[in-house]
Amino acid sequence: MNSVILRTTTVFILPLLLMLSLIVLLRGHNEPGGGFVGGLLASAAFTLYVLAAGAKAARHLLHVHPITLAGAGLLFALISGVMSIVAGHPLFDALWTDTKIIGQVKIGTPLLFDIGVYLTVCGVVCAIAFQLSESAEDARDPSPDEADPEGGTL
Amino acid sequence: MIAASVFTLFALALLAPLVVRVAGRASGWVLALAPLTFCAWYASNLTAIGNGAVITPDAIEWVPQLGLAITFRLDGLALLFALMILGIGTLVVAYAGDALAGHPQLGRFMAFLIAFMASMLGVVVSDNLLLLFIFWELTSITSYLLIGFNNDKEESRRSALQALLVTGLGGLALLAGVVCLGLVAQTFEISEMLERADEITASPWYPAILILVLLGAATKSAQFPFHFWLPNAMAAPAPVSAYLHSSTMVKAGVFLLARLAPVLGATTAWTTTLTILGAATMLYAGVLALRSVTFKRVLAYTTVSALGTMVLLIGTGSPGDGALAAFILAHAIYKGGLFMCAGAIEHVTATKDTRRVTGLLRTMPLTSIALLLGALSMAGIPILFGAPAKELAKKSVTATAHADLLLAAIVASGALFTAAALIVALRPVFARHPHPPNPADPAPTTHKAGAALVGAPLLLGILGLVAGIAPALFIEPLVRASTLATTGAAFEATAKLGAVPLVALKWLIGPSALAVAIGIALYALRTPFGALAERADTVLARIAPPALYQYTLDAALALAGWQTRTLQSGSIGRYIRVTVLGGFVIVGALVWHTDATSAIAPAWEQVKLFDGALIAMIVLAALGAAMVRTRLAAVAALGVAGLGITLVFITFSAPDVAMTQFAVETLTVLVFVLAFYKLPQFRRLTLPSMRIWELTVSLLFGLGMTSLVLIATSESLAPTISTFFSENAAPQAYGRNIVNVILVDFRAADTFGEILVLALSAIGISALLKLRTQNNNDNATEAAQ
Repeated sequence: MNSVILRTTTVFILPLLLMLSLIVLLRGHNEPGGGFVGGLLASAAFTLYVLAAGAKAARHLLHVHPITLAGAGLLFALISGVMSIVAGHPLFDALWTDTKIIGQVKIGTPLLFDIGVYLTVCGVVCAIAFQLSESAEDARDPSPDEADPEGGTL
Repeated sequence: MIAASVFTLFALALLAPLVVRVAGRASGWVLALAPLTFCAWYASNLTAIGNGAVITPDAIEWVPQLGLAITFRLDGLALLFALMILGIGTLVVAYAGDALAGHPQLGRFMAFLIAFMASMLGVVVSDNLLLLFIFWELTSITSYLLIGFNNDKEESRRSALQALLVTGLGGLALLAGVVCLGLVAQTFEISEMLERADEITASPWYPAILILVLLGAATKSAQFPFHFWLPNAMAAPAPVSAYLHSSTMVKAGVFLLARLAPVLGATTAWTTTLTILGAATMLYAGVLALRSVTFKRVLAYTTVSALGTMVLLIGTGSPGDGALAAFILAHAIYKGGLFMCAGAIEHVTATKDTRRVTGLLRTMPLTSIALLLGALSMAGIPILFGAPAKELAKKSVTATAHADLLLAAIVASGALFTAAALIVALRPVFARHPHPPNPADPAPTTHKAGAALVGAPLLLGILGLVAGIAPALFIEPLVRASTLATTGAAFEATAKLGAVPLVALKWLIGPSALAVAIGIALYALRTPFGALAERADTVLARIAPPALYQYTLDAALALAGWQTRTLQSGSIGRYIRVTVLGGFVIVGALVWHTDATSAIAPAWEQVKLFDGALIAMIVLAALGAAMVRTRLAAVAALGVAGLGITLVFITFSAPDVAMTQFAVETLTVLVFVLAFYKLPQFRRLTLPSMRIWELTVSLLFGLGMTSLVLIATSESLAPTISTFFSENAAPQAYGRNIVNVILVDFRAADTFGEILVLALSAIGISALLKLRTQNNNDNATEAAQ
């Protein structure tokens, strides 16, 4: 997709969407939102970037492999669950501290768990979107090196 | 020490590959040290247990709810088997080190072999029937691995599977029998069952228990008509045949029957069934032995025949009757040695055929001696241990109601054994030229038989000789101990086993000499006799279990194939139809069962105008998506339906769900755009007639889901849970957003499972897309060339 308007606006929209996704994630415990919606929003931001700049650029922007991201999310969620065992509670029992960040958000294992959900969802959708886009590029253009520059009508 | 012996051997099995890597060619000797040590410990208890002592270590709880505990018990019968397992096991491990020297998978082989040894030892020393069953199944599994050890040969794999399926099926029957027995006896400890034997045999469940236990024992010990797996199992390497399929595993069924004889054996049903089963197996397999020409097959059929004799002896056994113990011991010693000889001969001459191997006396003198000792013992010639064992067997059957008939059967089996002994030993040892001569014989290998390859069978042969000459040395206490354990009365050994001249004299004037004479005649006539047996077996094979086994296996595979073709057709439309209709049937059954029609009846008066309009919009959009003729319009219509549902969520004050739905709808559009170029041309793939059918399926699905939701919400359970969540979310979980609190706190484990599935599905999708990309690339490369 080769649209100047899309590319230009995406540069501004992407950080805004990512910030919004973080806000949705953090407010989730008290207001509508949470890790799942947050993750979907973040991945929507990256998918938009794929449309504007291509999967390669999006992969570069994300910096880590999306499956790694999903794995890290699972790890976070697991750690949050195991911490309660270490503390002598049942698995996935919530542990809270009295510290609050950014106004209302209390620190505790559920927050860590929600971050895990956020990362997993974002990683999963990004993985699918990146690869769909790449295989679409292949289908359109099986061997980029031999492509006829005059014949590219897409 | 009993528990230690079992579990140390299991641990050693895990370490065996490492030991083999370190010890190299000496690994057989090194690994044999462990069973040797335990064998010495068990042997040290011989005197005490021979005098009636029983060693019972403390029980270890495992699953108390099921009555499963790790309880061991060492009595005479267990000791007899333990010594065979560990004693012959020691020789077999050393022997295997030579027989498979330099084999790249020797470590794996040793691991299987020692794991088998541990399982088998577990079977015989367990006092808890469930524990015994677990070890029993472990022997089936390790045996499967050992038979199929040469897994590059199809024959090995097929034989291994056959052995596993037959013994596994019997294992299932046994499990059912064990559970019935345990429920009737109200305990799973065999020692406690002994005290309730009268209750058990009087129970209405007794016939079922008897049949199920017999099925388990008969499949494991290769009794007719389940005998066919054992000769096929000879695809295994020689150490396995010598160990599992002659001296130990196949005797597990015999062991179980002997173990349960005091519990179940006091009925006519038991005696009759076991006698007939044993006699039939003994004669049938004995005849088949003469038909065979390879060493291992002849030996395998005589093993089946001997197992039949053992079952017969359990059936006819009376208090103080030492025939069973003596026969088991004699058979283990000579048959283990004979199998080892067969392996050594094959190792050196590369020949399995008894007609092609000649002149062993010159080329392999020590193996020849071992072979002759084993064969003479099998034929029951005096001064070897086989003779008194056979005399005891004859004495045992003369005490029964059909003494003449059974005695004739035993004599016949003695004749068949003699003929089989001649087949495996006479020509191979003494003849000068192969018969018939064949220039295509494989050239002898340059392999030299190692010390263990020759020594182990020779040791067993000498053991048979020593046992025959001086039974008081170790045989007598063993037989006495075992007889006490199985029949409840002491065995007066000296009169029957002891005096060699007496045995020899009785032998010469008794039916045993007759048996040997008939055996020699049978050997001379073996070609016409074998042909006759062959013809009878071919007729029988068409109706008998081997054919039945094959039919069942084929039918199961055909069923699996049909089911896979039907359900996994590869057509997405079909998958959806199967899933949807299956789901509808389940929901329909639920509605029918709960009689929840009142919950499903719609409350029209509660429907507001706005809701009605919203639903009309969703329905119209859905119809549109199904009817439009361009892809973009279809996606747009789906989007409208999705957003309509988002609005429904908002109307019912579920902002969280609405947000998520909205995000999903957005992403759907984005992903669609990504995939747009790849999608095939938008076409109608279904005929108009099919569309009506698909509409029906869709409507049924909607109906089913709606009913399910209505039923679920009408249950009185629902308000309590949501009240609990809304009351406890803020005070306990410090969150006002109940949905999120449920997701990340109250039901965090569920959510974790869900995101795990999500991540796994992403990996799956990745793999599929990658595969497709690669295929495209390959095609492009091919096209370019």
